[in-house]
Amino acid sequence: MPLILVEVSAALLLLSGVADLPRLGGPRATKWVGSLIALIGSALGVAASVWALTQASEASQSISWNLPGGDLDLGLDPLSAFFLVPIFFVGGLGTLYQIGYWDPASHPRNFRAHRFFWGLLQGGLALLVLARNGVAFLFGWEVMALSAFFLISTEDQREEVREAAWVYLVATHVGTLSLFGMFSLLWASTGSFGWGTLDLGGQETWRLWGVFALAIIGFGLKAGLMPLHFWLPGAHANAPSHVSAMLSGVVIKMGIYGLARLLSMIPQPPLSWGGLLLLLGAVSCVGGVLFAIGQHDLKRLLAYHSVENIGIILMGLGLALIGRSTGRRDLLMLGMAGCLLHVWNHGLFKPLLFFGAGAVLHTTQTREMDALGGLAGRMPWTAGLFLVGALSICGLPPFNGFVSELFIYLGFFRGLLTVDGASYPAVALGAPILAIVGALAVACFVKVYGVVFLGSPRSSAVASAQEPPLTMRSAMAPLAVACVGIGVAPFLVARLLEHAVRTWGGESLSPVRAADIEAWVPLGWLTFLGLALILSIGVLFLRFSRVWGRSTARSVTWDCGYAAPTPRMQYTSSSFAKILVDQFSWVLHPKGEQPQIRGFFPTTVKRHSWVEDRVLGEIIHPLAKALERLCARLRPLQQGKLQAYLLYVFIILGILLIWGALGAP
Amino acid sequence: MPVLDSLLIVVLLLNLFVLGTSRIYAVIRAVSVQGALLGFMPLLVHEKIGIQTALLSAATVLLKGIVIPRMLMHAMREARIKREVEPFIGLLTSMVLGAVAAGVSVLAARELPLAAGHAASLVVPSALATSFTGFILLVTRLKAISQVTGFLLLENGIFIFALLLLEAMPFIVEIGVLLDLFVGIFLIGIIVEHMNREFSSLDTRHLTTLKE
Repeated sequence: MPLILVEVSAALLLLSGVADLPRLGGPRATKWVGSLIALIGSALGVAASVWALTQASEASQSISWNLPGGDLDLGLDPLSAFFLVPIFFVGGLGTLYQIGYWDPASHPRNFRAHRFFWGLLQGGLALLVLARNGVAFLFGWEVMALSAFFLISTEDQREEVREAAWVYLVATHVGTLSLFGMFSLLWASTGSFGWGTLDLGGQETWRLWGVFALAIIGFGLKAGLMPLHFWLPGAHANAPSHVSAMLSGVVIKMGIYGLARLLSMIPQPPLSWGGLLLLLGAVSCVGGVLFAIGQHDLKRLLAYHSVENIGIILMGLGLALIGRSTGRRDLLMLGMAGCLLHVWNHGLFKPLLFFGAGAVLHTTQTREMDALGGLAGRMPWTAGLFLVGALSICGLPPFNGFVSELFIYLGFFRGLLTVDGASYPAVALGAPILAIVGALAVACFVKVYGVVFLGSPRSSAVASAQEPPLTMRSAMAPLAVACVGIGVAPFLVARLLEHAVRTWGGESLSPVRAADIEAWVPLGWLTFLGLALILSIGVLFLRFSRVWGRSTARSVTWDCGYAAPTPRMQYTSSSFAKILVDQFSWVLHPKGEQPQIRGFFPTTVKRHSWVEDRVLGEIIHPLAKALERLCARLRPLQQGKLQAYLLYVFIILGILLIWGALGAP
Repeated sequence: MPVLDSLLIVVLLLNLFVLGTSRIYAVIRAVSVQGALLGFMPLLVHEKIGIQTALLSAATVLLKGIVIPRMLMHAMREARIKREVEPFIGLLTSMVLGAVAAGVSVLAARELPLAAGHAASLVVPSALATSFTGFILLVTRLKAISQVTGFLLLENGIFIFALLLLEAMPFIVEIGVLLDLFVGIFLIGIIVEHMNREFSSLDTRHLTTLKE
């Protein structure tokens, strides 16, 4: 039953974009018809997938179609349901958000296409998660990947949008190509595209490692693992904000889903795989947060934090895999629960942050942090909701990021005390790396919040800033509530997590025990401490608000004796991050123009510094250039003459004829 | 079947003539004569002539021998062109190429795995040779009309090959192929007219500007 409901809601979402294509009624009608269908679909989807998750029900269905490679096999189990929840939840809130953010009146040129692909994206995502064989999976995967491309290139009149979209397209095609390779290799090994237990035990090791390597490339490109993340910052920064939210909150998680699903089907994964995943995760989360600190573009900065969070999620998965290979129930449970819960959590706070950034962009028309400032007074709702998201992403209690990271920490601590052998260094380094990343994330978000929302406005863009429309605010509120809810009451999701982890762990978690997570995590204490923290902050606030209420004289802050301080003398996003960027300059290679100041009365000089993506700039671009030069040698073949093309056909036919004549028995 | 073979030799000679002449009218006439000859061949291949074979023959003669050549002539009159100027390679060279292609076809036909009855006759070599001639025409000529004749020769080659399969191939397929050909030429006639009006030339080299 839940499976049917999920299918119905996926179909509704697919249709929602089509409903907007013909010009039904005026712009007012078009604004609502498709959106309402999509909202109904999303609500139904959330209900159905949560139901399936609480019941831990499993269902499957096979629809025959005339495509090679097998029927359309669909199925719903707790692991699928777990990933379906953010698809429908974030998708639905994104639909609500875009009513105000991307309305037909202000975007007459592209809003129809954008709505069509927005619906298609969600339908593709649902199909991908429901797929139970390689062909159906790739089908959903490509629908998702291509509609995401069209969504990223929504504002294709802008040069940087086109460039970001092309980089994304290349990346996603390379990823899909390696997934094709992976499924072909699986097919060669097992004889079908069907999913079940992929018993590769009798195969040669190179096949096993080939499948793993292709999966890491294919799924890692989508997830945005550190060396493969190069498409991600540009795409997230240049897409419309609710698309960025969907990309960051849901689409990149499909890489994690694919990896988790594949690993769940391989009964005896080598121990080294877990260690490798831990290592890749560590690189991603440290690299992601470091590059985030150096950014000036609000959405680009948030995009690098996605790389960081994917790293954390991957570390959880790596830990769980080590647990499975070594038969350690506690590592498996804690690692996978942390991984999955962080998938949800990142799918809550990152869309919240992108929605907030979109609200700022909507009213000020700039993503440049150094042009903003003092927005907290002008948009208090947005500022408050953004603060909740920022605290959650930093992993601070009593918010949800803390809970999922705590699971992984506890897993590492348990591993530290008990694991020995080859995977020990990976496990031992996990906790310190998570701690470093947490601290850097706090620094980064202090910078973001301080520069964007506090202080005084740095440019006239802020002067007319105001709160976004109600639809946009009401899309952010549920996310913030969920962030606090999971943070304060993690016991609410513990059972759901257990169902999903049990599906993933398979036989290594038998016999089935209820309350597996409570056995290792003091969930009750988390609730108690969370409530105590909120209460004490509330008390402090009440106490100090009386003090603040007494004197409200406004004046400039201490200004070092400058005669005429201006808002531009505030800390900028680069000056705030300078110490950290300098310290890690061996990773970041910051670029900048340092003008010389000469004479007693120097003229105006400009200083500029920025941090570029090194993978894109130093590896991908040169590689693409080299490839282009190589392909340029084929250019003479393209004559533009009909005769030449016919000659090519003729030559090939001749070769085939000769081959046929010689090769015939 | 001496009659069939002698007809096929005429077909081969017509191929060489098409490659050797510079007048487009002559090319079209030669192709129409070839088409009409092909139309009679099904009657020779079959032992007993049914109504379907007769119909097919009549339709082929009508279309290939009369209707299509007339359409091409009309298109040419509209475009006011008489002769092919400067083909990519000289007329003599293309004729030699055609002769070589005919020789290669005879050799290749001997190597191909064919049914016993077919190996001896000239059907397969002339089919291959006619197709090759069509290819040579397509690749070396510049005017759109000459290319259409190349396409017709290519189709003639396939038709000759189909003589082997006449019993196996349903009537409807044969008629369908003829209809396709007719529609194709009809469309090309229209395109030629438009091309002429747009570029005031039928030189396909102008199409190079469409290159990316």
